[in-house]
Amino acid sequence: MFKLQKKETIDQSSLYTVPLIAIGCSLIFVFILFLLIGKNPVLAIFIIFVEPLLSIFGLSELIVKATPLIIIALGLSIGFRAGVWNIGAEGQFTIGALFGGATILAFYPTSGIWILPLSFFIAIIGGILWGMIPAFFKARFNTNEILVSLMLTYVAILFLSGMVYGPLKNPDGFNFPESRLFHDSGTLPIIFPGTRAHIGFLMALLLAGLMYYLLKRHKFGFHVKVSGESLRALVFSGKSTNYMVYLSFIISGAFAGLAGVIEVSGPVGQLVPAIPVGYGFTAIIVAFLGRLNPLGICFAGLLLALTYIGGEAAQIKLGLPNAITGVFQGVLLFSLLAAEAFTNYKVTLKKMRGNF
Amino acid sequence: MQNILEIDGISKSFSDIQANNDISLYLRQGQIHALLGENGAGKSTLVKIIYGIIKPDHGSMILNGKLYDPNTPEVARNEGIGMVFQHFSLFESLSVLDNIILGQKGNQKKDSILERLDDLQKDYDLQIDVNKIVATLSAGEKQKVEIIRCMLQDPKIMILDEPTSVLNPSEVEKLFNFLRKLSKQGMAVLYISHKLHEIKELCDTSTILRNGNVVKSCDTADVTINELAQLMVGKAIDNKIKLSQPKQERVLDIKNISYTNPDIFGTSLKEIKFNVNFGEIFGIGGISGNGQTELMKVLSGEVGLNDGNQILYHNEDISALDINERRQREIVFVPEDRLGHSAVSSLSLSENLLLTNLWDHNFFSNGVIDTNYVDEKTSEVIEKFNVQCNASGSLASSLSGGNLQKFVVGREIIKMPKLVVCEQPTWGVDVGSASLIHNYLIEISNSGSTILIISQDMDELRSICHRIAIISNGVISKPYDAKRITPEDIAIEMAK
Repeated sequence: MFKLQKKETIDQSSLYTVPLIAIGCSLIFVFILFLLIGKNPVLAIFIIFVEPLLSIFGLSELIVKATPLIIIALGLSIGFRAGVWNIGAEGQFTIGALFGGATILAFYPTSGIWILPLSFFIAIIGGILWGMIPAFFKARFNTNEILVSLMLTYVAILFLSGMVYGPLKNPDGFNFPESRLFHDSGTLPIIFPGTRAHIGFLMALLLAGLMYYLLKRHKFGFHVKVSGESLRALVFSGKSTNYMVYLSFIISGAFAGLAGVIEVSGPVGQLVPAIPVGYGFTAIIVAFLGRLNPLGICFAGLLLALTYIGGEAAQIKLGLPNAITGVFQGVLLFSLLAAEAFTNYKVTLKKMRGNF
Repeated sequence: MQNILEIDGISKSFSDIQANNDISLYLRQGQIHALLGENGAGKSTLVKIIYGIIKPDHGSMILNGKLYDPNTPEVARNEGIGMVFQHFSLFESLSVLDNIILGQKGNQKKDSILERLDDLQKDYDLQIDVNKIVATLSAGEKQKVEIIRCMLQDPKIMILDEPTSVLNPSEVEKLFNFLRKLSKQGMAVLYISHKLHEIKELCDTSTILRNGNVVKSCDTADVTINELAQLMVGKAIDNKIKLSQPKQERVLDIKNISYTNPDIFGTSLKEIKFNVNFGEIFGIGGISGNGQTELMKVLSGEVGLNDGNQILYHNEDISALDINERRQREIVFVPEDRLGHSAVSSLSLSENLLLTNLWDHNFFSNGVIDTNYVDEKTSEVIEKFNVQCNASGSLASSLSGGNLQKFVVGREIIKMPKLVVCEQPTWGVDVGSASLIHNYLIEISNSGSTILIISQDMDELRSICHRIAIISNGVISKPYDAKRITPEDIAIEMAK
C-alpha cells in the first residue's frame, strides 16, 4: 500500500518546476495518444503548439482567446488563494456578457464614447450579483460554494438563451436566435488592423499588473494571504470569515463579468446563445497552472489559448477531433495536480497487514 | 536490577539542528526514570526514536539484551514499549470501549478484551465507565483510556509524555500512585516532564537533556529542585522582579458574561463576573476545556455576545466592539495557540507583526503596506525581546516555540498597552523564555499596564499574579489572593 506523507521542507524552485513538469508530462501523453490513433505525433504537436505562433493571424487569435482566460483566472486566483472555491466563473462570465451586451443593444444605434464604459460597468455589476448568490448561501447557511456556483452556471446559460431567443433577438434577423450586431460605439477598438486582436488584451495585462501589486503590497493582499493560511488568524486580525467569502466572490464575479462583456464587444460583436464556450472552466486550469500568481497566470493563459487555436488547426489539417483541446487541458490539470502532490508529499511504500 | 533498555550514543540531526547528540541512557526494571529538559532540548526526538517514529543517524539501542531497531511504532509496541502521548489520540464520538477495542491489534474477541479490562481495572484502580462517550470525559479520564489501551498490550516499558499537563492535583496523585504500582511490579517507566517537583516526588533516576546533549544522569534523591533547574536551563534563573501594588481603580469590569457555545462539545460560559484593577495581574486558572478559550474569544471580540452582557473597560461598555476597535483602545490579546491563531507559521515575522496592527494607520498609506516601517517595528521587537532568528523576513515556522512566543508576546507588549489579555503565555515554552516572558509581564504591570492571564499552569499564576480565580465548567470562582490560595482551594474550585 502507498502512503503519502507531507514533506517537511518544500523546495522553493517548485514554483517553476511543477508547471513545467506538468506541461512536459501532458506533451508525452498526447504524443502517445497521437501514436495510438495513427497520426504522426511530431507533426501533430508541431501543428498544435508551434505553428499558431508563426503567423500574425495565429498570434492575434492567441491574444483574443487568452484575454478572457487571463481576466477570469486573475479573479479566481484571489478566491483560490483564500480557500474559497468559485467554480461558476462560466456563469458569471455569461451574465456579464448578457448584461453588457444588453446595455449596448439598449443604446443602439446611438453613438457615444460612454457606451462601452457604461456597458462594462453594468456587466461587472451583473457578474458580481451572480457571484453573490453562492457567497450569500455560503456565508448565511454554510452551503457548499462549489456546487451552488457550478449549478448557477447552467441557470445563467439558459437565461442567456432565453433572452437571445426572446427579447434581445434581432428584429431584422429572420428569427435566428441572435441579437443585432453591435454598432461601432459598442465594439472594442482593434490593436492590429486586419486582425481581431482588441484592446481587451491590454486591459488583461494591466489588471494582472495591478493585481500583482495589490497582492504584494496592499492590505487587501495581506488579508487574502492570511485567509488562505488560517481562518482563525484572519479572525484574530480583525476580519470575519464571511468577509473573505464575499470579497472572493465579488472579485471573481467582477472579473468574469468583465471578461464576458469584453468577449461580446470584442471578437463576437453580438449576443448569441453560444457565448459561453468554457472559458470560465478553462480559467480554473489557467489559475492553477499560473500558480495563482498574476504574472504566471498571463503565461498560463497564453498557453491554454494556444491549445484552443492549435486544436482547431489540428482539426482542419489532420482531421483530428476537436476534443483534442479538451483532452489536453484535462491531462494538463491532472498532471499539474499530480506534480504538485509529489512536490508537497513523499510517497512511502507500506507493508500490507492482514489485520487492518 | 537488570537494564531493560540501553540507549547507546544516539544522534539525530534535522538539516542544521542537532536534536540529539550522542545520547546514552539506561532504563532498569522497576524504575521510574525522568527525562528532563527544556522545550527543544531533544526529549521528543529521543522518545520518537525509541518508539520507532524517527530513525536515528547514529547509535544503537538494546532491548532485553537484543539489538532493537524499530522501523515503525507497531514494531515498538510488539516489542513491549507502550506510549501515552501528551495529546490524546481518541475518537471523541465513540464510546470508551470502542476506543479500547480499536486500539488492539489483531482480531481479538470482545469478551476476552473485556475480561482483561476487568482484571486491569481491579489491579490498578483504573475504574471507568466503558460505555461513556469519550467526548463527555474529563481530560484525566481520557488519559485513563489511553493508559488502559496501552496496558492491554502488556508493555514492559511505559513512556509518558508530559502526562500531568492536563490533570488537576487529585488526578495527578492518582496517576502517581498508579505509576508507582507499575514500577513495583517490575515495569520500567520513562517519564517526560519539565515540572521539577513532580520529578522529585515520583522518579527514581533522572536524565537531564540540554541542547540535544545529556547534561547529567543521576539518582533523583541526590539533587535538589534548584540544582535540577540549573542543570536544565544551564544558567541561574533570574529572580523575578517584585510586583508592585495595584491601585483601587477598575480597568476591566466583567458584569455578567453568559455565552452559549454553538459547538456541542464546547463549554458554555455561565454568568462570569470579575474585575481587574489598575496595575494588577489577575490570573484565571483551571483545567483546559473549562471555558478558557471561550472566555478569551469573548474578551477579544472574536466571538460576539448576546444582549445583556457587559464588558466594562474604564467604564465604557466594549461588549459590542470588534477586536480591532478594542485594540484601538490599547487592549492587546495573546491567545493560546501560536500556530494558526496568534501567528501564522508560513508568514514572515514582519507579516506576523502586521497581523495585529491592521487597524493602525501608521503601517499603511492609502492601504499600501509601509514595508520599511513594518520591518523597523519587527526588528525592534526582535531586539528588545531577544528573539533568536535570522531576520525580520524569517518565516515564523523557522523559530522554536519559545522564540515565537517571545515574539508574539513582545509584538503586543512593546506597545505599552493599557490592558493585556493573554492565554497560556508560556505554553510549550522553555524555562528560560518563560521566565523572560514573566519578567516582561511584571515589568509592564509595574509601569501601569493591567494584565489578565488565563493559564492552566497554577505555579505560573501563583508566582506572578496578585489575585487568582478558577474557572470550571464555564463558571468562575471568587478571586483568591495569590499568596494565600492553597492547593486544597484550587482542587475544590477545579472540581466544582
